[in-house]
Amino acid sequence: MSVLLIAEHNNKEVRPFTLNAITAASQMDGDVHVLLIGNNCGDVAKSLSEMSAVKKVLQAEAAHYENYLAENFAPLVVKVSENYSHIVSSANTFGKNLMPRIAALLDISQVSDITKVISADTFIRPIYAGNAFATVKSTDAKKCVTIRPTSFEPCETSGGSAPIEKIDASEEFTLSKFIKREEVKSDRPELGTARVVVSGGRGMQNGENFKLITDIADKLNAAIGASRAAVDAGYISNEHQVGQTGKVVVPDLYIAVGISGAIQHLAGMKESKIIVAINKDGEAPIFSVADYGLEADLFEALPQFLEELNKLNSIQK
Amino acid sequence: MKILVAVKRVIDYNVQVRVKEDGTGVVTDNVKMSSNPPDDNAIEEAVKIKEAGKATEIIAITVGEEKSQETVRKALAVGADRGILIKTEGTVEPLAVAKALQKIVEKEKPDLVFMGKQAIDDDCNQTGQMLSALLNWPQATFASKIEIKDKTLEVTREIDEGLETIEVNFPAIVTCDLRLNEPRYASLPNIMKSKKKPLEILTAADLGIDTTPRVQQIKVEEPPKRKAGIKVASVAELVSKLKNEAKVI
Repeated sequence: MSVLLIAEHNNKEVRPFTLNAITAASQMDGDVHVLLIGNNCGDVAKSLSEMSAVKKVLQAEAAHYENYLAENFAPLVVKVSENYSHIVSSANTFGKNLMPRIAALLDISQVSDITKVISADTFIRPIYAGNAFATVKSTDAKKCVTIRPTSFEPCETSGGSAPIEKIDASEEFTLSKFIKREEVKSDRPELGTARVVVSGGRGMQNGENFKLITDIADKLNAAIGASRAAVDAGYISNEHQVGQTGKVVVPDLYIAVGISGAIQHLAGMKESKIIVAINKDGEAPIFSVADYGLEADLFEALPQFLEELNKLNSIQK
Repeated sequence: MKILVAVKRVIDYNVQVRVKEDGTGVVTDNVKMSSNPPDDNAIEEAVKIKEAGKATEIIAITVGEEKSQETVRKALAVGADRGILIKTEGTVEPLAVAKALQKIVEKEKPDLVFMGKQAIDDDCNQTGQMLSALLNWPQATFASKIEIKDKTLEVTREIDEGLETIEVNFPAIVTCDLRLNEPRYASLPNIMKSKKKPLEILTAADLGIDTTPRVQQIKVEEPPKRKAGIKVASVAELVSKLKNEAKVI
């Protein structure tokens, strides 16, 4: 049997977490087929077919697939799923929204957000905001699995020449309608895949002060993150939130500024390679996970930080 | 309009969860339990809709052990009109919860079902989507804004790229994000009053639902501990350490 991987894309390009999901899928079974559901997405099919881990691309196109509504995607996945042992997608908002709808239609108990593949039916997944790791074994004949993208390396994007097979679209679900998407365009690296993340919390005091963070992020070619408190307070928009109910990030360097370090925030960043905490409260829990802690007023420390970075001859990109 | 709100009793979000020494799970004895935080947002939203005159009845429901009644009572104290507990033993997976909720939906025929987008214990993020699938209803997940129109619901969803707006017909499932609203506290008189509100108790067996887990938990472990870090005295020292010791900039 083979693994069916549901691609996330924007009809023009493959979204980056699909690459991590392909790697995870290939650890469950070497025969990975990618299901591409979209509209006018020929370029996406082509780039998927060039990935060495992909053995086949199934492409279904229809106008009602343009905006990835789970209600439209799920019946098609169910129809295609017959010959597959696993159905896999990434555990970001795309896969979280879609996979349970597929699993329930197939009467499968889904395994969410795995960080490791032990065998074809056994996986490790974090629970309780990452305060425990459970090893779980699925006893369903077919498995529905979402993978934590940051726990798997992205797959090679070349070296393959998989066949692209066009398949029929399923019917439209007419009770749900896409209205609009407000995407924040940015030249910065994506938060989920950035090598460096600089995050601000409640200590930033307002949205304008995030300028201090963006200046440093510019210098380090970093993505910008935030604690839930900062997003709730309206300092910065929701797609920046790092934590249990936001995004999980695993950068080489995570700089937490004015973030106290609630369990829920730590859940989203504590696997980072190097953690820096800048906080004026020396007792803040963030220091317990920081490799380098600086007890200081961020409004003094951040300008100094920028100055010190300017003195360096070179900065890694 | 009738709104069904599903809630879950979980370890309180402020508790530092500890893994049992024998690796069979996490410590729950003498640990503070509370309602799942985004479920509080789900109740709040339903109450706000009722206060605006757009809903006539709110039913709070939970699936869990006997003590989960507390969580339903809390929802009643905040403004739900009546409660249902579907009593189960041990771990109940989202698929079984969705099947139990499906039975109740078929009986009560609500126009909307609200619940939190994920439970902070198992972090599955599945139940709402599964229930929508079983009922073949629209699903509006990760909602941060809900607007009731004539025959539809306009929902703003928090997604990785930013925000998305969809329109769904009634009946529909909405899973709520923490930013949907600010949950209120129950007042003492309302807590007293809630004790008199009806709470129906059923068992999963009454509904013909098999709750046997399909995913076996083999072991539960502590996450790898981070090695203790150091405090630096100045920004200059920090930058020097990042450059020369950690080699990350």
